[in-house]
Amino acid sequence: MEREKIIEVKDLTKSFGDFTAVKSITFDVYKGEIFGFLGANGAGKTTAMKMLIGISTPTSGSATVGGFNVFTQADLVKRNIGYMSQKFSMYDDLTIKENITFFGGIYGLSRKQIKEKIKQVLVELDLEQVANNLVGSLPLGWKQKLAFSVALLHEPKIVFLDEPTGGVDPITRRQFWELIYAEANKGTTIFVTTHYMDEAEYCNRVSIMVDGTIEALDTPKNLKEQFNVDSMNAVFLKLARNIE
Amino acid sequence: MKRFIGFVRKEFYHIFRDRRSMFILFGMPIAQIMLFGFAITNEINNVNIAILDKSKDAETKVIIGKISASKHFNIENDILNESQIESVFKKGKVKAVLVFEKDFARNLATQKSGTVQVISDATDPNTANTITNYTQAILQLYQKELNKDVQTPYQIQVQSQMYYNPEMKSVFNFVPGVMTVILMLVSAMMTSISITREKELGTMEILLVSPLKPIVVILGKVFPYIFLSLINAVVIVVLSIFIFNMPVEGSLFLLGLESILFIITSLTLGVLISTISETQQTALMISLMGLMLPVIILSGFIFPLSSMPLPLQVISNIIPAKWFIIIVKGIMLKGVGLSMLWKETLIMVGMALFFTIISIKKYKIRLE
Amino acid sequence: MRTILFIIQKEFKQIMRNKGMLPIIFVLPLLQLLILSNAATFEVKNIQLSYVDYDKSTSSKELVDKFRASSYFAVLESFPSKKLADEAMEKGKVEVVLEIPLHFEKNLIKDKKADLAVYINAIDGAKAGVENVYVNQIVGQFNQNIMLKAFQQQGQMARPMQVTTIPSFWYNNTLNYKTYMVPGILVLLITMLTLFLSGMNIVREKEMGTLEQINVTPIKKHQFIIGKLFPFWVLGMVIMTIGLLISKFVFAVPLIGNIGLIYLFSSVYLLVILGMGLLISNYTDTQQQAMFIAWFFVVIFILMSGLFTPIESMPKWAQNITLFNPIRYFVEVIRMVMLKGSGFKDIYFQLIIISLYAVLMNGLAVLSYKKTN
Repeated sequence: MEREKIIEVKDLTKSFGDFTAVKSITFDVYKGEIFGFLGANGAGKTTAMKMLIGISTPTSGSATVGGFNVFTQADLVKRNIGYMSQKFSMYDDLTIKENITFFGGIYGLSRKQIKEKIKQVLVELDLEQVANNLVGSLPLGWKQKLAFSVALLHEPKIVFLDEPTGGVDPITRRQFWELIYAEANKGTTIFVTTHYMDEAEYCNRVSIMVDGTIEALDTPKNLKEQFNVDSMNAVFLKLARNIE
Repeated sequence: MKRFIGFVRKEFYHIFRDRRSMFILFGMPIAQIMLFGFAITNEINNVNIAILDKSKDAETKVIIGKISASKHFNIENDILNESQIESVFKKGKVKAVLVFEKDFARNLATQKSGTVQVISDATDPNTANTITNYTQAILQLYQKELNKDVQTPYQIQVQSQMYYNPEMKSVFNFVPGVMTVILMLVSAMMTSISITREKELGTMEILLVSPLKPIVVILGKVFPYIFLSLINAVVIVVLSIFIFNMPVEGSLFLLGLESILFIITSLTLGVLISTISETQQTALMISLMGLMLPVIILSGFIFPLSSMPLPLQVISNIIPAKWFIIIVKGIMLKGVGLSMLWKETLIMVGMALFFTIISIKKYKIRLE
Repeated sequence: MRTILFIIQKEFKQIMRNKGMLPIIFVLPLLQLLILSNAATFEVKNIQLSYVDYDKSTSSKELVDKFRASSYFAVLESFPSKKLADEAMEKGKVEVVLEIPLHFEKNLIKDKKADLAVYINAIDGAKAGVENVYVNQIVGQFNQNIMLKAFQQQGQMARPMQVTTIPSFWYNNTLNYKTYMVPGILVLLITMLTLFLSGMNIVREKEMGTLEQINVTPIKKHQFIIGKLFPFWVLGMVIMTIGLLISKFVFAVPLIGNIGLIYLFSSVYLLVILGMGLLISNYTDTQQQAMFIAWFFVVIFILMSGLFTPIESMPKWAQNITLFNPIRYFVEVIRMVMLKGSGFKDIYFQLIIISLYAVLMNGLAVLSYKKTN
């Protein structure tokens, strides 16, 4: 059965002056899958992702997200995606409720919908006790779970996560991935960048970027077989060594 | 020591890498000195005035001629009747109207007395008062000419001598002020921001857990600004000497030392601001909103301190800028040395110590 | 429209929540208005005057008494020698020194002429000029008195001709400096406050990383900019109102013109300043940079605004530069309307310029706000 493509990327390139951060990458993401976008720091994954979410203009190539062209229909793309960045980005000086209200509001949710969402998020994340606390006072793990929920407020078709688990403990990471699975089960497509190779095992398919190009793209199982190793970490190390 | 140098080097990198800020840091003093030297003056010149001449005779013509020849005035237009005065004032086109009475020349001849009314727009009291004084002076000269045949009895002749600034150039008065404002704001603002920035970004904690002592961290952060501010001071002094022929009667070496002292005082104030503010925003607003106007207005930079009400003269004593302005004027224009300026110097030292002690106290409280 | 409301709501919450900033926003400007307005005066009074009297005659004493009687001068103890007087001037203890030479009275009677040397500290040239005028006025009166006495003895025959000047100071006949400075300083404080706050605003979100989060939402540029501007606009108007109340009830500054005109003008003016702040914010990466640029412009604008020093006295090219300075227009208009009662037809030129400025600034701010790079 031919699966429905939700992200189609062809020859996408981004240069900053002389430096080409992303060199003509081509790949597709299927609806409902958890797509891991792997690479070392500086490999170009964040730059590539920023083009897909419409905050960075590609130098050349084409990409459609959710059926919309990232070049010409950036606003429509934005309506259909959620985004959570590696730098925690909610307002520290607003409370949990206020942050949800604000982001819900700019995505065009009605006051009633916002109220329901607040309730839902607080229950799901077990944050009812601290609903009126400033976000700045929460532990990092809580903030990240909250940021994930906020990225999903407007029920996007695709959600982009840029290093979502940076700097948190293994237990919180585990919990975070449970949230991701729950969301994927609802049919949401997840596009996640990470440099934790163990997290790659949780993805349906992973691509590995080295120096601006995609060196490998397959299911974790196939990749391990192909390189004849037993962990994604080993796959990655082999790839990186080959390049050098 | 080696660690300290490494740290200072890091700070320099931070500063020099930011081209725009560097441009402003060095462009600011140049722009200000140029403006004060060539554009801004607190003298009253080229004031637009209007004339209402109800007499239109030979004598009024002579007087009008004298007035239009003065560099202070610029006769904008003639007015035909009194009711027009109000409207020209409201438009703001002219600042004063001279009204010659009817039959001015005849009155002068028959009754030996003529009257000129000087109506000024006193919304700006300084300009109004000065215009009136200048007009009076011109009319007095004219009166003297009229009476040159009449033998005058005793006269005391005033011979005025202008000390320290014989040509009464306003730039001489402004240079010390510009220097002070720039050094003060650059030093206080830059240090307070760069320290709070590290606090806000969380990098301060990293520095504080490093083997460097907190005092070394702070010293390392302020050190580059001593250097940069000093360059600014040099630029200002050089420009004022070579472009505006400003003298340096006293010792340049002493001027340099006093400048360093003032920079240090301002830096300690910056450190103090950073200990009481949590965010860059707060630090910026305190050092800009809180310091800029008081330093400009209460330091004797633009407005003479001696004319202020007594309570404000007392308040002005806590503005470090006031003391530095006295010192710079003293060294550059009066040519006095430390024997005359020791009091001002000690006050600045005292202020620097005070700011340092308060900062350390505040800091300790936080650590506990 | 709804989206804008959400942004406005958020901005207000953030402003009101920052306990460190509230006093800086509300108290600091008004406190400065109250204090600094008293200090900003070019009026020259309490001139510290001393004298060296080598003559010690009746005439010299009379002359010094004339100065004592004047309200401009504060006459200090005399110095025994010129050298000591010079030292005192170097120390900054006196501003003006009169030197009455030996045989002053004798010369006055014999030659009908005597010299009086006056030494003035001229570092502040303008002030020295005024001091010189006052000295001459007092000596002139002294001469006049002698003359009148003489003519009374001689009779009416050779009475000299006299030109009398009658000064009349409109709008402010007590020459109260505060009525002039209070409105100007108010303009300045509002400008600084709103420019600094708006200048830091977007760049702060850039630094915190929240701007990126906003950029991936479908929000429109103009919605974002308007939502950001409005809270500061309100803030500016509130401070403006409190400032006007202070000027009316504390400083008794007259408000002759229509207050509606002032509000009309300030509402447009604030848009110019806020637009400028956002523009700066868009072009910078850190709050530090943004503030530095804002500071640069504010200082230049203040100095070239005619607030402290008259624009007419500047050379022509400098006067032309002031035409690009928004502060100049507001300072001019608020003084005209409050103190002279100028009406709409007197200020429509300034209003048009400032409106064009507002369109330009905010247009640029919207254009330069890039959601992508």
